[in-house]
Amino acid sequence: MIGAVALEARKPRRVLPGFEMTLGYTMTYLSLLVLIPLSAVFIRSLGLGWGHFWEIVTAPRVVASLRLSFGAALIAASINALFGLLVAWVLVRYTFPFRRLIDAIVDLPFALPTAVAGIALTALYAPNGWLGAALKPLGIKVAYTPLGIIVALTFIGLPFVVRTLQPVLEELDKEVEQAAATLGASAVQVFVLVILPALWPAMLTGFALAFARAVGEYGSVIFIAGNMPMKSEIAPLLIVAKLEQYDYAGATAIAVVMLVLSFTLMLGINALQNWTLSRHGGR
Amino acid sequence: MRSRPHLRSVLAGALLIVGLSSAAALPAATVKLLNVSYDPTRELYEDYNKAFAAYWKAKTGDTVIVNQSHGGSGKQARSVIEGLEADVVTLALAYDIDALATQGGLIPANWQGRLPNNSTPYTSTVVFLVRKGNPKNIHDWSDLVRPGVSVITPSPKTSGGARWNYLAAWAFALKQPGGSEANAEAFVKKLYHNVPVLDSGARGSTVTFVERGIGDVLLAWENEAVLAVKESDSAKFEIVAPSLSIVAEPPVSVVDQNVDQHGTRKVAEEYLKYLYSKVGQEIAAKHFYRPRDPDVAARYAKQFPDIPQLVTIDAVFGGWTKAQATHFADHGSFDRIYGQ
Repeated sequence: MIGAVALEARKPRRVLPGFEMTLGYTMTYLSLLVLIPLSAVFIRSLGLGWGHFWEIVTAPRVVASLRLSFGAALIAASINALFGLLVAWVLVRYTFPFRRLIDAIVDLPFALPTAVAGIALTALYAPNGWLGAALKPLGIKVAYTPLGIIVALTFIGLPFVVRTLQPVLEELDKEVEQAAATLGASAVQVFVLVILPALWPAMLTGFALAFARAVGEYGSVIFIAGNMPMKSEIAPLLIVAKLEQYDYAGATAIAVVMLVLSFTLMLGINALQNWTLSRHGGR
Repeated sequence: MRSRPHLRSVLAGALLIVGLSSAAALPAATVKLLNVSYDPTRELYEDYNKAFAAYWKAKTGDTVIVNQSHGGSGKQARSVIEGLEADVVTLALAYDIDALATQGGLIPANWQGRLPNNSTPYTSTVVFLVRKGNPKNIHDWSDLVRPGVSVITPSPKTSGGARWNYLAAWAFALKQPGGSEANAEAFVKKLYHNVPVLDSGARGSTVTFVERGIGDVLLAWENEAVLAVKESDSAKFEIVAPSLSIVAEPPVSVVDQNVDQHGTRKVAEEYLKYLYSKVGQEIAAKHFYRPRDPDVAARYAKQFPDIPQLVTIDAVFGGWTKAQATHFADHGSFDRIYGQ
């Protein structure tokens, strides 16, 4: 009896039953879907040996492509965080004709096959396309430059930010803003001191999702990038190039570096999110 | 009494019908083959599969259904290595079929000697597609390195077809008076200096040149260039034949491990052999591949541009394995011309 009581005391009581079963299910599901395929990538690259691995991933062309992939993804995710907030704000705070339709359009980059997006964007931004022709006299080239890559990555990342911000914006209590205003806060102060802190965690999540999606993007970028070595060649393309040579180990070496970099960045963003949450005592 | 012969003929007729129907029902097996090929052969094999099915039906009574799979040549080879159950492969270059032997152990290393002509029933070559009227006055490879000429070709790192383009340019430089490997590398470097976009595949390059209006000249396989000119109301492009080009050999092979497992070796082998028949050669020619058969070739000679000198990869580059290692592997000549 005493033992049983002690056990009960040690084991925290859970409100929901079935913790063991659902955890088991979650772990199995995650393993099958994520962990096992990803560990296969690591195991395949192990065959290289450290020296060879290092030689592959520090080759100037690989380094340049990694810098481009991660740099362009960060820029695109930042653009999305900013303008995604604007889009979400307008969709939540105002009513206007065709709002539902515009709301649905936000999801299109999700649904569209990425190759179609790439071809469409290239057609638009190529020197003979509508936008490309208009930008040409200004000396701005988009298609077949790193700028084109950023455009494509911004396109595919937009829904992630909008869709994570929307529910948070909807739940935001308008009375808090009104209270701030009656206490003498200016519109800017209300936005910066009241609204933004509440939105930070969701914005970070949206940013992280858009970034993660952009780093690995292949289909749409290939058409608009121009794929010039050292200039507009993304890391996933180098992986494909290695595979074309049946160099599986070399391909997985680059993949491992991308995985580790992405995972580190995700962890960092998560930590930042926890920090903002605890600081603002948010939801 | 008069009814007897009548009855007999009815009986005989009934027997005949029973006999016929059982004879028809007896063998009539259905065989399925999977042909894993590269991108632009879709229409060629659609036609060829019909012809082969008719031939096979007449010869054995069996129905043969050939399924096709198309994609980038290298990607297709990888799919087969990783378990796509192809009975036959018909790819863009021997290097990709070699991989089935070296990487997958699915076929013997001497696969290319099993059928005539290096197991290549039809060939193509690399030609130039230029804009109507040839405004940049492009006539040969030497014109492609002129400043101000913009050349469209896919990356040989990711596109099998582009490797033929690259080797054709290299062979041209090598065969010029005083040509050497060093000269050839400098020439090809200069040529790629004029390439503004390296698409990942031949399709992408064609779109860049045709739809986006980028570049003065597209390096293309002859069969695709002829088709492009035929289809695009021929008002926008014309073909320029260089003085020298390479014989592009898209080879074919049975995938031994798979046909033995499926029990389809006989029909798969016949499927490939029939490509060398007059019927098969004719179909290849109709799709603008150069037939091997001299009679068929003579009959279709008019549709192909005249290229004075055609060289082979075996003669100039010592075969695919060597060419791949020298030019397209890491630290090969292609990496060098981009400064590595």
